Amino acid sequence: MKILTGNDLKTGAVTWWDGSGWSLYVDDAVDVGDGGDAIIAREESARRINAPYEIEAEKTQSGVRPAHIKDRIRGLGPTVRPDLTLKPGDPNAVREVI
Amino acid sequence: MYKYDQWDQAMVDARVAEFRDQCQRRIEGKLTEDQFKPLRLMNGLYLQLHAYMLRVAIPYGTLSGAQMRALGDIADKFDRKYGHFTTRQNIQYNWIKLEDAGDILAALAKVEMHAIQTSGNCIRNISSDHFAGAAADEVVDPRPYAELLRQWSSFHPEFSYLPRKFKFAVIASETDRAAMRLHDIGINIVRNDAGELGAAFYVGGGMGRTPMIAPLINGFVPLDRLITYAEACLRVYNRYGRRDNKYKARIKILVHELGAEEYTRQVEEEFALLLAQNIEPPFAELERIRTYFEDPAFAADAPDELDRSDPDFAVWSDRNTHPHKAPGYVSAVISLKPVGGIPGDATADQMRLMADLAGEYSFDECRVTHTQNIVLPHVRKADLFALWQKLEAAGLGTPNLDQVGDIIACPGLDYCSLANARSIPIAQQISQRFAANGKGEILGELKLKISGCINACGHHHAGHIGILGVDKKGVENYQLSLGGSEAEDTSLGKITGRGFDEAGIVDAVETSVDVYLAQRQNGERFLDTYRRIGMEPFKEALYG
Ligand code: SF4
Repeated sequence: MKILTGNDLKTGAVTWWDGSGWSLYVDDAVDVGDGGDAIIAREESARRINAPYEIEAEKTQSGVRPAHIKDRIRGLGPTVRPDLTLKPGDPNAVREVI
Repeated sequence: MYKYDQWDQAMVDARVAEFRDQCQRRIEGKLTEDQFKPLRLMNGLYLQLHAYMLRVAIPYGTLSGAQMRALGDIADKFDRKYGHFTTRQNIQYNWIKLEDAGDILAALAKVEMHAIQTSGNCIRNISSDHFAGAAADEVVDPRPYAELLRQWSSFHPEFSYLPRKFKFAVIASETDRAAMRLHDIGINIVRNDAGELGAAFYVGGGMGRTPMIAPLINGFVPLDRLITYAEACLRVYNRYGRRDNKYKARIKILVHELGAEEYTRQVEEEFALLLAQNIEPPFAELERIRTYFEDPAFAADAPDELDRSDPDFAVWSDRNTHPHKAPGYVSAVISLKPVGGIPGDATADQMRLMADLAGEYSFDECRVTHTQNIVLPHVRKADLFALWQKLEAAGLGTPNLDQVGDIIACPGLDYCSLANARSIPIAQQISQRFAANGKGEILGELKLKISGCINACGHHHAGHIGILGVDKKGVENYQLSLGGSEAEDTSLGKITGRGFDEAGIVDAVETSVDVYLAQRQNGERFLDTYRRIGMEPFKEALYG
């Protein structure tokens, strides 16, 4: 699947296109098919997102898994600070993105 | 320490107001990201993996207690209660909101700090010896010269859009504690046979994709020509540096391609032209700056003995202090490398504590080292035990300066958008491994440096052991190199061979260390043994 990601303009937080807006959670990301460029152009001009781009990902049983480790780390948070990730209580979260 | 005059303060305040307005216009959509990006970068604001990142300049690594406290307060109020001290003697905050950027810069300006020229193709923060003004072996305090260069290079219109970023280091001792020859321009303040001070210019060093050691191009530039000579060096670069190719745009490539001799000839020619234009700031300005760096009032009767009866304290004081020029004093190094910790990270509370300790024990001064530690430069030996006890209680008393656990690691793929691989977890695992197996205690000096990509912010080329993270088809992989040094015996490490995965690189470091332990003679350091026996025994052990 193809999904869209970027950073929130004001906070810089990593966000994912969920079909109607930008979610903090990669598992909310939807397949944009061939429509990514149009969504990026529209959302950028609406100032809702900063530096958006399209990536490859796959839907797994546990959620949406970006193809590249960089985006998987973006989706979780720094692996060396589990307390600052989006899943601070999940002891397996870091292992799953590596 | 240098204190802003009205012009310094006015410039910084004006920049805060300007950037606050630019941020607001970006938020309101009056600026596109393409328009805004160069503006935010000029103010040290990057967009990294998880958020905006703000890099704050710490000129020549020197901070007052009030400045260190302000850095802690900013971490508390605007970030997630910590900051990361970098190999450029700066601090970075990882979780900044665009809407807070103006307030943060205003808070910095209140304590005479800013984030100007911490990004972009300009002259960046000037680094120096972290023991400057304290070291027993220095010819003179190098910081007044670094400060003069800072003032000259701040907003210098001719050098705001260089072919690439540009880094100076200024030292004043034979021992190099600032990786001086791995800078675009390294300056060593020296004394000639007549007893006069001058500047030795080394030009065209650097790490990154094409590491090079800067050649000496002029061994003695009189100090009343310092700025003119620097200007000549920059002018030749600005004119002929490779703007057509980002990877060939650093001055090291120009010096290499022209040859040091031809580059020097052109600099001397330009220097002669500039001398006629009389651009050197009045010597009185240097004298004015120098007054800010006069020695604090060291006690003449400070006792020189140290009570070493506590064995843990004795180990720490042996490893983490440096000889001071004033009798009865030492410079104390606070390690930001606890076993298994994140190199260079300090919490807001730790920063405020270090600020307090600077006030209590070190004439209100501290320093950031390029090895990502903090120095209290002027501590009475009589106070050292009390200081150590307070550091210990705050998790800041790790006795590992220049040991295997004192690892330089860049933020890597945990934070940096340019990274190929994570650096920090490798540093953590290595420091844990050598703490657990006890070998860390018997190794002596071993400088281990890790970068998450070829940009080499973690100085891996200059590590006795260096590690470079690479991307192998989407999987983290690590190249090992041996034999680098960023001290006065500067050398570049050589790659051992094929890379290793995350677990393999930690084993490979231990294997290399075992070769050293088996082969070392007469108190040799790892680097000495490597230089004596060469790469082959290490390769044999690593790859069979
Ligand atoms: S070396 Fe690479 S990964 Fe590390 S901080 Fe520099 S740019 Fe980022």
